[in-house]
Amino acid sequence: MKARIFVTLKNGVLDPQGKAIGHALNNLGFPSVGKVRQGKIIDIELSQNDEVAARSELENMCEKLLANTVIESYEIELTK
Amino acid sequence: MKSAVVVFPDSNCDRDAAIALEQTTGKKPVMVWHGDSQLPNDVSLIVLPGGFSYGDYLRSGAMAAHSRIMSDVKDKADKGVAVLGICNGFQVLTEAGLLPGVLIRNINLKYVCRPVGLTVEESQSSFTRSYRKGEVIRIPVAHGEGNYFADDETLDRLESENRIAFRYAEGENPNGSARNIAGILSEKRNVLGMMPHPERVCDPALGGTDGHGLFQSLVETLS
Repeated sequence: MKARIFVTLKNGVLDPQGKAIGHALNNLGFPSVGKVRQGKIIDIELSQNDEVAARSELENMCEKLLANTVIESYEIELTK
Repeated sequence: MKSAVVVFPDSNCDRDAAIALEQTTGKKPVMVWHGDSQLPNDVSLIVLPGGFSYGDYLRSGAMAAHSRIMSDVKDKADKGVAVLGICNGFQVLTEAGLLPGVLIRNINLKYVCRPVGLTVEESQSSFTRSYRKGEVIRIPVAHGEGNYFADDETLDRLESENRIAFRYAEGENPNGSARNIAGILSEKRNVLGMMPHPERVCDPALGGTDGHGLFQSLVETLS
């Protein structure tokens, strides 16, 4: 089973990198670009084949290491 | 007073910390590798030094916070042993849950390396008793991710419990830290995390001695 984890900054947490990306896009001639927020994608291969068990394991991974829940939220996408 | 410095892969201020500790305590600290499982049992101060542990992979301090030695650091902190996290060490302490909040990217995205003015907010701690409350000292910072962030509730709590040890002096906040926070204490006041580097200003030949008071405070309290 494969998992894709999206780690993004929570609303209200300042994202200076997203801001810089937005400015750069404006300067490159994309005036329509407004607010930009950036984050991470983490792809994980799992030997676990049970979807419920995999999801709970992945949530545990996110809480323990992959996301810092003080500032970040995460979403888990599972594919066979 | 027996002290220990934890060495992570890519720690780069561990030897500076060791020299500052030896100068103040008169004894060489024990250098403990992050992959070891135990610190010496009679240690009364543990220092997590500055650097880029594990190359700052994932988030600064995130990997180091889960390294083998950290469970003993947590155990000892719970028992009241003093723990000082400087710069990357502060990031490790927040990631390990020993201090609240998190250090995020500097507001201007720049790595800042220069002396800054710090106001001593709290002299009632084993780390700061040699300073006067309100005193302004100059200590260098050197970081790209030192922007202290926590929710308002946590910040209010830190203030009401007098747990903010140092703030950047007015107009000198180098990174956008909430409420100008440069260093905070744990609930039991035996853990201090700070972004500035006191170990770099303990010798007049290196541009100042304002950091000496912190190590002196620890010697007076823990000896």
